[in-house]
Amino acid sequence: MRLDLDGTAAPPRRNGEPVFDAPWQGRVFGLAAGVVARRFDGDWAPFRRCLVDAIADRPERAYWDSWTAALEELVVGAGLLGRDAVARRIAD
Amino acid sequence: MTTGHHHGTPPAPVERRAAALEELLAEQGLVSPEYIDAVQQAYETQLGPMHGARVVARAWVDPAYREHLLANGTRAVHELGIQGPEIEHLTVVANGPEVHHVVVCTLCSCYPWAVLGLPPNWYKDPPYRARMVREPRTLLAEMGCPLHESVEIQVWDSSAESRYLVLPERPPGTEGLSEAELAALVTRDSMVGVAVP
Repeated sequence: MRLDLDGTAAPPRRNGEPVFDAPWQGRVFGLAAGVVARRFDGDWAPFRRCLVDAIADRPERAYWDSWTAALEELVVGAGLLGRDAVARRIAD
Repeated sequence: MTTGHHHGTPPAPVERRAAALEELLAEQGLVSPEYIDAVQQAYETQLGPMHGARVVARAWVDPAYREHLLANGTRAVHELGIQGPEIEHLTVVANGPEVHHVVVCTLCSCYPWAVLGLPPNWYKDPPYRARMVREPRTLLAEMGCPLHESVEIQVWDSSAESRYLVLPERPPGTEGLSEAELAALVTRDSMVGVAVP
């Protein structure tokens, strides 16, 4: 990841909210960033297609739930994990 | 426990699902926990609207930069030393007395991360994504940004490959301020177009 950002740009973020509402959201974001960097040459477009589908599939689902579903779909589609791998791991 | 996809069966709690994904991909040597820590920290501390604010302030004080920024957003932002994801195709749109721009992503949550950080929750929520297209004037007023009816509203949908940044109008009475002082006036919301500085 290329982040050539000097630390002096310190005016208030004015976000008014944390970047992630819960630690697991930050982790699943970072996980997606890692998959995109390692397997998709930094191109977020394939992940984005999965995210669009995941949101369209269940529009009322919480955003990070859709994000997680999209990531699972991406890695299964790319052959990195089997279709049932996550469900089996949860059951273990 | 069934091994079905998320259709049909009640989904496992999402945190367990995310943790299982992380475990499995770490076991494959693909993404380590340390990498995830680093990404998370970078997005929490290094990316954010302070970078977009710097771009806006420069455009307010430097007409030539403003022109360049509106013509080629990505290149102009890079020239300020700002690098990062999701600004490969950055279009900057300038507000004026007769036009107000506002950005939405109707399909998901596309957003220029390198200049604004990750999007706020309201940006990702279905009501914003639907209503900003259908009734922008009403929604903007509800969000605390009422516009005179003579002002035209242009809504930019980030669903294409393009990402958008709104260049707000420089507030009156700021003639004596330095560039850094101006940057401190620029809010994230004003660069999405749901507020004015």
